[in-house]
Amino acid sequence: MHIPDGFLSTPVWIALDVLAVPAVGLAVRKTQREFDEGRIPLLGVMGAFVFAAQMINFPVGIGTSGHLVGGALLAFVLGWPAAAVVMTAILAIQALVFQDGGILALGANVTNMAIVGVLVGYLPFHLWSGGGATARSIAIFAGGFASVLVSAVLALVQLILSGVPMPAPVAGISVGFFAVSALLEGAITLAVVQALETINPNFIRKAGRPKGGAAAIVLAMAVFLAAVGVIFASSQPDGLEKLAMNVGISQRATNLFATPLADYEAAFLQSAWLRKAAAGLAGLALVYAACLAFGRFSARKRSA
Amino acid sequence: MPDSPLIRVRDLRFTYPDGTQALNGVCFDLFPGECVAVLGPNGSGKTTFLMHLNGLLSGEGEISICGVPVHKDTLREVRQKIGFVFQNSDDQLFMPTVLEDVAFGSLNLGLSPKEAERRARRALELVGMEHALEKAPYHLSAGQKKRVAIAGVLAMDPAILVLDEPTTFLDPPGRRALLELLKTLPQAKLLATHDVGFAGHLAGRAVFFESGNIASSGTVGEVVEKCGWC
Amino acid sequence: MHYAVVERWSRGRSFLHRRDARAKAGALLILLTAIGTAPGLPAALGGAYFAYLILGFAMARVPVTGALARAAAVLPFSLAFAAIAAISGDPARAIALAGKSYLSALAVLLLVATTPLPKLLRGFEGIGVPRFLLMVGQFLYRYLFVIAGQAASMRLAALCRGGFAKSGPAHGTRFRAAAGALAVLFARSYGAAENIHRSMLSRGFEGHFHLLRSPRFGPADWTFLVSSAAVTVAVRGI
Repeated sequence: MHIPDGFLSTPVWIALDVLAVPAVGLAVRKTQREFDEGRIPLLGVMGAFVFAAQMINFPVGIGTSGHLVGGALLAFVLGWPAAAVVMTAILAIQALVFQDGGILALGANVTNMAIVGVLVGYLPFHLWSGGGATARSIAIFAGGFASVLVSAVLALVQLILSGVPMPAPVAGISVGFFAVSALLEGAITLAVVQALETINPNFIRKAGRPKGGAAAIVLAMAVFLAAVGVIFASSQPDGLEKLAMNVGISQRATNLFATPLADYEAAFLQSAWLRKAAAGLAGLALVYAACLAFGRFSARKRSA
Repeated sequence: MPDSPLIRVRDLRFTYPDGTQALNGVCFDLFPGECVAVLGPNGSGKTTFLMHLNGLLSGEGEISICGVPVHKDTLREVRQKIGFVFQNSDDQLFMPTVLEDVAFGSLNLGLSPKEAERRARRALELVGMEHALEKAPYHLSAGQKKRVAIAGVLAMDPAILVLDEPTTFLDPPGRRALLELLKTLPQAKLLATHDVGFAGHLAGRAVFFESGNIASSGTVGEVVEKCGWC
Repeated sequence: MHYAVVERWSRGRSFLHRRDARAKAGALLILLTAIGTAPGLPAALGGAYFAYLILGFAMARVPVTGALARAAAVLPFSLAFAAIAAISGDPARAIALAGKSYLSALAVLLLVATTPLPKLLRGFEGIGVPRFLLMVGQFLYRYLFVIAGQAASMRLAALCRGGFAKSGPAHGTRFRAAAGALAVLFARSYGAAENIHRSMLSRGFEGHFHLLRSPRFGPADWTFLVSSAAVTVAVRGI
């Protein structure tokens, strides 16, 4: 489910953009450690494959059909960091070229599908697939299932937090619908993985030995943080703004924003929406700048 | 004294990781100004052979390109001297515009963006595609894509052109146009193809691959007759 | 394919087409923020932004009706939620959901209809988005056409043999057939990626993409960014 712009309330989309920027940055960093730039075509082509795979319909029964979403499958082939990068690229291109999903809401869609969706899709595989063939099959199915279900439910929660009216029966029906899509994703993912392994067993990554569980903890933490971010955004709708005000960013950001139009400044300062937006954007810019600075710093450290 | 060969291959052997013996002691020379056709059935080792020439694969034996032995430390030099045109142009034209694609190789050689662009424009003029600079590769016809792919190689100023099945996706006019273009290019050429007619028009000499080795060589006509290849 | 239309629009030569991608992206973000943070969508505000965007399409000489139809891609989703809102007795919210999502989609469309995607991605690099991610996006977009073409021909071949998606007695078989088709499509895509990698190496690729000129952010781009931001903010004050 791709959330378009205009659906999420300002604190929700800003919080999720703030969450998505460092998460994607981290995924890119980890991917670059594993794949050099020469493998960029592979990642791009895999993204194009997932796009194109959506043209192939799978029978669900009762006369309808569904298609692959692909987050878990990508994680099994490329590992979770690269899968997150590829899913982010897919979501960005869907938003830009196909108007499928919003731009301000891109942080939300990336968080739901590219970060959390990929992580929870990969988690069962990481934990269980070292076991027997049955355990592995269950892990693959569970990964596909969980990735779609968790992303969809997260999106639903974000919509509800944003105040989009959602009577209980509608929410119930939606969750039921998500569960069916998730079962289908699990089945498709498993069937495609099995078909792939008959072509070339090396396509699918070797099961990660459950080593010390450090990576699993990181994964679980990421899921947890995503959830906390959403809850924070809901319970403290103005938390970010207050935070920004306290450190005086809002005032300065507003001035900065309005400087080209200094004559109107007084009017603008009274405009609550502008202050709110400026505070949010300033927060976003801060996170962004911090990520950039960190990226530069660690790049230097690596090359030194 | 005859010219020294541009390509010199001695006793080249290669086995794929799955155990398939793909090349089995190949010896081959290509001299300046020559165009040699590489014929043979699918799976006979033609493409594997070509991929050794610029170090995409490495087996046992000796290969030198313009006197430079192919080795992991000489790849940059070798890949400048020997230009590869792949069978499927879509695999080769991966940049978003024609100009950027043709400039890709020169930029890798360390040329300045300005010089790379100048060379790209000249190469596109040579192949008659200078009108398509800003176009996206997927908006071109198969014949145009092949010309742009050739330009991308020519911009690196190679001494040898290697063409793998260049006529595969072309219609007859496109094939004819490609033939005319290749005749005007001064580089020595190595042409792997099933298109015997095309080879006959272009190549002065042919080698015939069979189970990983050169089974026969001579003019295209002789080889075709000897090997029953038509 | 239907998105080839936007691709064609994006190669125009109008004033908007010639503006730097960063200026247009900045203007878009300001407009989206203004729309997104508005409490509800009063008719005057919605109408003004709509007129503003239509003016943009006219300036860019992009067919307005075509653009309006394409942006409607967002409507099935937002109308469904709008209907729920209307039924639960919140018609203002219903109008805001449908209106805001449509206006936002239209605004994004104006950006991509006046900026070829590769230029847009290059512009994002200028504002600090990791190049690695952008290059993945660039390759994705480049090969989308190629692989979608293969998928389409596989679907056609499957239809000739009765299709994957009809339910019937051989339901499980059809499911596995579709999975097999996807696996083949995957293997072909993987093979294509390896060939692309080989062709990169053959032209001297040594691990880093070097790019041609980077675009210049000129006075006209500043003027465009500042004035469009001013209009956006002024309209938002209505």
